[in-house]
Amino acid sequence: MSLVHSIVPLLAVLVSLAALPGIILARGRPNLRETVTFAAAGLKLILVASLLPYLLNGQEVACDLVRVLPGAPLAFKVDAFGLLFALVSSSLWIVTSAYSIGYMRGLDEHSQTRYYCFFAVALSATIGVAFSANLFTLYLFYEMLSLATYPLVTHHQDAEARTSGRKYLFYIMGTSIGLALPAMIIAYQQAGTLAFSPAGFLAGKVSPLMAGVLLFMFIFGFAKAGMMPVHSWLPAAMVAPTPVSALLHAVAVVKVGVFCILRVITGVFGVGLLKSLDLGLAVAWVAAFTIIVASLIALSQDGLKRRLAFSTIGQLSYIVLGLALLSPKGMIGGSLHIAMHAFGKITLFMCAGAIFVATGKKNISEMTGIGKRMPWTMAAFLVGSLSVIGLPPAGGFISKWYLVLGCLQAGSIGLLVVLLVSSLLNAAYFLPIVYRAYFKPPSEAAWLEGRHEGPAAAWVPPLITAACSLILFFYPQPFLRLAQMAVAGLGGGQ
Amino acid sequence: MTQHFPALLVTAPLLCALLVSIAGWLRPRLCLPIALVGLGVATLAATGMLAQVLTSGPIGYRLGGWDPPWGIYYFLDQLNAVVAAVVAWVALVNLAASHRAVQADYEDKQGPFYTLYVLAVTGLLGMVATGDAFNLYVLLEISSLTGYALIGLGPNRAPLSSLNYLFLGTIGASFYLLGVGYLYIVTGSLNMADLAELLKPLYGSLAVTTAFSLIVVGLWMKMAFFPLHAWLPNAYSQAPGPAASLLAPLMTKVMVYVMIRMMLSVFTVDFVGTQAVLQQAVGWLAVAAIVAGALFALAQRDLKRMLAYIVVGEVGYMVGGAWLGNRIGMTGAVLHLINDAVMTFCVFLAAGCIFQKIRGTAFEDLQGLFKKMPWTMAALAVGALAIIGVPPTCGFFSKWYLIRGGLEAGHWGFVCALLFSSLVNVVLFFRLFEIAFFEPMAEGNGHGDHHGHAPAVAIAEAPLSMLLPLMAAALGLVALGLATGPLVKYVITPVMPTGLW
Repeated sequence: MSLVHSIVPLLAVLVSLAALPGIILARGRPNLRETVTFAAAGLKLILVASLLPYLLNGQEVACDLVRVLPGAPLAFKVDAFGLLFALVSSSLWIVTSAYSIGYMRGLDEHSQTRYYCFFAVALSATIGVAFSANLFTLYLFYEMLSLATYPLVTHHQDAEARTSGRKYLFYIMGTSIGLALPAMIIAYQQAGTLAFSPAGFLAGKVSPLMAGVLLFMFIFGFAKAGMMPVHSWLPAAMVAPTPVSALLHAVAVVKVGVFCILRVITGVFGVGLLKSLDLGLAVAWVAAFTIIVASLIALSQDGLKRRLAFSTIGQLSYIVLGLALLSPKGMIGGSLHIAMHAFGKITLFMCAGAIFVATGKKNISEMTGIGKRMPWTMAAFLVGSLSVIGLPPAGGFISKWYLVLGCLQAGSIGLLVVLLVSSLLNAAYFLPIVYRAYFKPPSEAAWLEGRHEGPAAAWVPPLITAACSLILFFYPQPFLRLAQMAVAGLGGGQ
Repeated sequence: MTQHFPALLVTAPLLCALLVSIAGWLRPRLCLPIALVGLGVATLAATGMLAQVLTSGPIGYRLGGWDPPWGIYYFLDQLNAVVAAVVAWVALVNLAASHRAVQADYEDKQGPFYTLYVLAVTGLLGMVATGDAFNLYVLLEISSLTGYALIGLGPNRAPLSSLNYLFLGTIGASFYLLGVGYLYIVTGSLNMADLAELLKPLYGSLAVTTAFSLIVVGLWMKMAFFPLHAWLPNAYSQAPGPAASLLAPLMTKVMVYVMIRMMLSVFTVDFVGTQAVLQQAVGWLAVAAIVAGALFALAQRDLKRMLAYIVVGEVGYMVGGAWLGNRIGMTGAVLHLINDAVMTFCVFLAAGCIFQKIRGTAFEDLQGLFKKMPWTMAALAVGALAIIGVPPTCGFFSKWYLIRGGLEAGHWGFVCALLFSSLVNVVLFFRLFEIAFFEPMAEGNGHGDHHGHAPAVAIAEAPLSMLLPLMAAALGLVALGLATGPLVKYVITPVMPTGLW
């Protein structure tokens, strides 16, 4: 695999940070301010996408910045995994920005300038994580993301936001400093480097016991991945404005957590080491436990966003499970699910927000018959649900297909059963919402007065992402190609 | 000119102190400019020497042309050149920020205030540059006495705290002097390099061990190493703002430097390595200092007092790192010495800015501060991240080396204490940020009412003369963090003795 040196990865990370002065200066003129956000988002997507040809040619793009610690410089290296994740986040940032306008203005939220600023910082951090060449750089951007999202989660600045914000920090920073940081330092002490390598930089450097301890310190240390028992920050963080939940807590933040685990499995330990110690299976079962329990909890949630949050916890563990299977198909499925779940879940969150903007309703029990009022929104919701459940014709089907194949490839029938049971549970907590919305008599008289979906900027973006989910079923490129290349790059073949 | 930098480092501020006190009687307005000139020259000299040391190796200077070991000899290698540069810069930037605060509270005492300030810095710089153990004592007393007076200028109970500090500080300095006296008795010399040679054959001697213990305990007292810290929290939280942001970052750090200098250059690691019991004990004392500093800080309801206890914990970091007995730990201690000077400066200066506008730093005074003083709070947040140890701020990197040192030495207590203190620091600062961000609480419970905008608060920032230095400090934290690589490679590694593995 040849290496190309380029400054583009750095620019892709920095472009949203560079937008900050513009956003702040234009604070008195909302239209100009949002234009700056769009410009940055567009530029970011272009920069990220411009790296795609290199990757498809079998090259990787590197950018070394500062040698801060020997063996652990501040450096970027774009491989197929990283580009896949960066493409998902940067393309969804554009859609979310449009949605933010509809939501934030529709509700006349306060402190919108602050909101757009920290959103931009969070995106920088996300791309930074995606492009990190080593664990130190990854940790830096991981912490940056934790801090940048705190003011977003607590945007309402009321008592509830304060409690949730505290919980968010307690889990996220507590685990990253208490577990991930020492694990990283111990790993460095053992290997003398932190640079991700396809065989894993710890391979051959640690005793089996230490490998196990370190692995779990990492997995629970990156609590953004929401593995039980360090998941409960996620439902709490739902007090955030919905665009934040949509992009950050369905896509960027949680996927950063999962992506960190991906790097830990593939770049720190390496498939070979984990296989030889049978540690993959241990992680897979923790994930399986999380999948089932989270789905069961989701069934009983009446708050729509809370139900989505528990669904997210379960779906994140799908990704971890896929990776931990250590079989090529499973790993392809896991990394592909990063993209597929992102498009599906962001649709669902944006629908929840659109309903709230148009009707002020947050609970599923109050949404009976809402399909008459908001047919398009609920149609998008249906597509999103299908994708998350993993039914055709939505993109989620493909990733789950690979996950099932991966289970077979790894010869683990138990995990296969978990996946199938969970799919049933997913259907059980999503489809009744759609049924209730379209086929039950409306609970509120106003909903019979005809279509009224609120501001277009709130309900068109979910339609767009829903359409993307459908398209991804028929044409899952470039994500599938990247996932296959990434896994092939680990030496596992397809 | 350049060969006289070491002399200039001390004589320029000393002379200017004299001029400042004269100006205090005749033209009080001129006090600050003269002080700025004095410290400006010292800062130039310090920076010039650092460049010189980095390019062509250590510098020696005979004060008055007397040969060592009889005359006073100034000796600058990478270690103290960088410490001198940091001390000079922090003192200079803090001085530049002091104008409005001094004007507000000490308008009629400008002469004494700036005289004391410049003299204190003279003492600090001299301690760093000198290669003579007794000369160090003299400079220690210069900076201590002026420090007591500066702290005593503060309001309310500050004179009492200063008196308390004076008692304990004097005992500490006397211990140091006694230790140096023992050394003089057994070797007949006061020059550090000379002492190092003469002491080597005497390592088994009880007198030398006693001297070492006395010196180290005296220094611990001056640096507020737990449990000898009792004077610090009151003194630093009640001192006038500009004095607190001078002494809190620099005084303890310079004492830590002196301790490291004694351990590395006077007694050498061969000697310290033989004191196994002491080494063990100090390791655990450092753990106690870190944990106690964190817990005491948690109990405070005032920003300045909280910061003061954080300083107590940070001293534990550095002493612990220096006594781990390995190269990485010592590297961490020296790196943290540099970083901590700047980060303590940043947070104390931010506290000074807040006090300047709000006239209080109790937690309940901080309500709504993110709206009122966004820039100050942003700088405080950067300082907080450095103290917590979040990359890319410098605090992360020194903690990195310290934790690695702890792992290398197998000292799990120290490793856990560092992590514990990081976590407590998160709590400390975010508790404060919560008050500044959420309170006064908006009416209602969120969604129902959140479009009802939070009560409009006009921005009321600290004066630009304070804000710019604060921004410089905050940016410095990130810059220092990113410069860790060269700092360790070119500054710290060359001074690590070969005896350390």
